[in-house]
Amino acid sequence: MSIKSLAARKDSLSKPERQLEILDNGLFSEAELPRFSEKLAETGNFPLKPGKLEVLQLNLGYMCNQVCSHCHVDAGPDRKEIMTRETMEKCLEVIRKTSAHTLDLTGGAPEMNPNFRWFVEQASKAGIRDFIVRSNLTIILANKKYYDLPEFFKKYNVHVVSSLPFYKKEKTDKQRGNGVFDKSIRVLQMLNEVGYAQEGTGLKLDLVYNPAGAFLPTNQEAMEQDFKKALKTDFNIDFNSLFAITNLPISRFLEYLIASDNYEDYMYELVNAYNPEAVKNVMCTNTISVSWDGWLYDCDFNQMLELKVASTVKHVSEYNEQALQDREIIISQHCYGCTAGAGSSCQGTVA
Amino acid sequence: MSKTYYDPADLRKFGNISEWSEELGEKFFDYYGKVFEEGALSAREKSLIALAVSHVVQCPYCIDAYTKDGLERGIEKEEMMEAVHVGAAIKSGATLVHGVQMMNKHKKLSM
Repeated sequence: MSIKSLAARKDSLSKPERQLEILDNGLFSEAELPRFSEKLAETGNFPLKPGKLEVLQLNLGYMCNQVCSHCHVDAGPDRKEIMTRETMEKCLEVIRKTSAHTLDLTGGAPEMNPNFRWFVEQASKAGIRDFIVRSNLTIILANKKYYDLPEFFKKYNVHVVSSLPFYKKEKTDKQRGNGVFDKSIRVLQMLNEVGYAQEGTGLKLDLVYNPAGAFLPTNQEAMEQDFKKALKTDFNIDFNSLFAITNLPISRFLEYLIASDNYEDYMYELVNAYNPEAVKNVMCTNTISVSWDGWLYDCDFNQMLELKVASTVKHVSEYNEQALQDREIIISQHCYGCTAGAGSSCQGTVA
Repeated sequence: MSKTYYDPADLRKFGNISEWSEELGEKFFDYYGKVFEEGALSAREKSLIALAVSHVVQCPYCIDAYTKDGLERGIEKEEMMEAVHVGAAIKSGATLVHGVQMMNKHKKLSM
């Protein structure tokens, strides 16, 4: 695993245009595999249109204490893109008037944004029903100033969603870096200690599983049972739900697929596993993603590919939900990642 | 590229066998799918049996397929290797048990 982001390495794959070029050529330009738009058209779903807006997802910055080999954000300590307080103020205005019931903060490590706590305090006043922070867990032990985050999350009734690729050390550390597993386990115990995933507290702690390699996730319920049993037996850890997420072929995961000569097989697998049922609930139909600098996207993946929403409204400063609802969702071949098998989204399977 | 009998890319074309005999192909894939469903044995147990058998019949396509299937199911690499040893033990046992035949024949032919 490289210890630097693609951006810091000045790798050509850090450029969205290069990634889109790969995703649109080869297998797809030679018609070996159908493009995603053709698949959607088979069931009359092209162009893809949004349904009811449910989730507002804000990316607070690409800085992270980890450099995971599968990261679609290309996040890392060397990334300096951070949402400013000014952009946060604009986001707060949107949060106060949105019809979305879920606010989802992500990154990078969102906790590393210097205005993170101020923003959580402000946003929690907006009365949003489900307030999610996506935490990599290890950030909480990365520096003394983060040690009290479990208490802070509890105070604002934050719904914590954490990545834990596997319930065993080896696979977790291989994907996310040495020592990540032990630290993650300790932080999960800290979250349990303050009441997370404990009966009667209402404090929710969900885990995210994503495959540590070029294969798709299996049945989410079966994985959840395995995770629950192993984490309880080995570490006395409780959590609420497990979300199984498919790795999308962009950014560092795309780099891995190409370098390991798995790209073609993986794309074949995604296309073969295409499930039209998953299309109905794919997350871009109920989500708006906002980047660290305030631009609007159909999802976090499109954000990383710099595919801004196809709407007259493109920035949080001019946010207009009605206008956004009229847009067509921008797609490319990476979208197959969200429609394979039981489907995949930031909330797990969709079909 | 040198010519070989096995091409890893052929695995994904497995379904094409139905093109030249649709009825038999479909019957086979229906049966195949049914075999691997949860039953008296779990799908996980069946995956490990399939991995062991893949090695015994030395099918490179099957080995690729059931190694990936195991990874998807969260089967540990130690479990996979033990399954391979089960296959290997039966295969070597099957060879060695014929040693009795050799001994019988030897005794019969010897004065």
